[in-house]
Amino acid sequence: MTAETLAKQLALVIDLDVCVGCQACVTSCKQWNTSGAAGPLSDQNAYGAQASGTFFNRVQTYEAGTFPDTQTVHFPKSCLHCEDPPCVPVCPTGASYKRKEDGIVLVDYDKCIGCKYCAWACPYGAREIDEERQVMTKCTLCVDRIYDELLPPADRQPACVKACPTGARLFGDVKDPDSDVSKAIRERGGYALMPEWETQPANRYLPKRGGGVGS
Amino acid sequence: MNPAWSVIVFTTVAGAAQGLVVVVALLTLFALRLSQRFADSALWLAFAMLLVALAASFLHLGRPERAWRAAAMWRTSWLSREVIVLPAFAGWVVLWALWGRAAPLVFAAGALLLALLLWWCTAMIYACLRFIQEWAHPLTIVNYTLIGLASGAVLATALAAALGEAAVQHAVAPWALIATALAAAARWLALRRNAALKPKSTLQSATGIRGQRVVQMAMGMTGGSFNTREFFHHRTLAALRWVKLGFVLLAFALPSALLLAGLGSGSRWAFLLAALVQAPGLLAERWFFFAQARHPQNLYYQVVG
Repeated sequence: MTAETLAKQLALVIDLDVCVGCQACVTSCKQWNTSGAAGPLSDQNAYGAQASGTFFNRVQTYEAGTFPDTQTVHFPKSCLHCEDPPCVPVCPTGASYKRKEDGIVLVDYDKCIGCKYCAWACPYGAREIDEERQVMTKCTLCVDRIYDELLPPADRQPACVKACPTGARLFGDVKDPDSDVSKAIRERGGYALMPEWETQPANRYLPKRGGGVGS
Repeated sequence: MNPAWSVIVFTTVAGAAQGLVVVVALLTLFALRLSQRFADSALWLAFAMLLVALAASFLHLGRPERAWRAAAMWRTSWLSREVIVLPAFAGWVVLWALWGRAAPLVFAAGALLLALLLWWCTAMIYACLRFIQEWAHPLTIVNYTLIGLASGAVLATALAAALGEAAVQHAVAPWALIATALAAAARWLALRRNAALKPKSTLQSATGIRGQRVVQMAMGMTGGSFNTREFFHHRTLAALRWVKLGFVLLAFALPSALLLAGLGSGSRWAFLLAALVQAPGLLAERWFFFAQARHPQNLYYQVVG
């Protein structure tokens, strides 16, 4: 199956050179998305030793190179809104879909039967089932925020982008060659994760500058 | 992957029911020694097993009350196709059991086709996931079909032995042995292929971080998540080896030996025992099928911190 080429594809571009791993994008994402009309992102055993919960965004940390020539890389990870999303065609109910108007991959929580097949079909582990609601959840690019005309224009961005103190998260249309995200991808060599599976992730990552270890 | 008992029970029980129906269908089509009593018993047993399988599949769903929606996306989803074919097959079997005497050949041919179609749909649910390399191969389809067929034939032999249907027992037992041997051979090929697999994805391709040595320091949570629960079996490699040895012995080797003993001695007990021994072996085989699959997302969840 080949991907349908959309005129518009919203996406995040993550600058690994400036991400400091502060987790502000993680908490702001959780706060916004647990408070909306789509229902809470539940937590289990939130105050216990083995706290667990539903998140759309996680920040991980990697180390590259060998001592003393090492580099620490903080690595935010959320749904990549693939242009050819393998999670969509496998869904038996049509709950998992990709929007034609802006390329966002979404889950219709009212149609999801919680079979988890879409999560199996995502090589990135971007989907998490909500253990309380028993439906699959994932990053929506804050679809309930970016088009909200009641918000000031500067706030019509995903919560994680607004929260990032270092400007490591860029948001925009990667199909528009003049957008900030397209320019950043061009100028900084923005790359896709796991290109070997040809999912064509819309989100891109900007490597560390300097060309040393871990870049 | 973390094997889910609901899916293990569903695929093994439905697979054996399909195999049992295929045996009755072939006996009917080739006008072999088939008594009506055996055919009725086999079809009703298969129908009961399909209901058990269906119940197990519901247990896999987070929202079972919405299961009816799962037939919607048959154009793209193998799961949706399975959801359509399974009740169609079960319905066909019960119609055959009720009114099959009117047109046995039509019912037999239809049941054969639907059983094959259902194995294909079930196996393709796994084989179509291109980045789960252990599954993404035609051998997955071959194995689901042959193991279902073999377990159904062993069950048919045991049922004939239990009912005292000596003619059916003698007709089916050699084929049960052949099917079990073929299933064992195909499963061995899959084991050999999987042992030699080199994962296409690496931590470097998963993160884009270059360098000979890239290690995870933290995966972004301490208490685990859906990602650490669903995609890891949390068992040791030694446990996996024991399960593999267990299913090779219980699903294939011992039933074959018992079928041979039964064919040699004519003892009904050997055939009954073969089916009893094989049942846990089939569950172990399916558990291993899931556990052995390494999902590429696991690359992102190596270190708690």
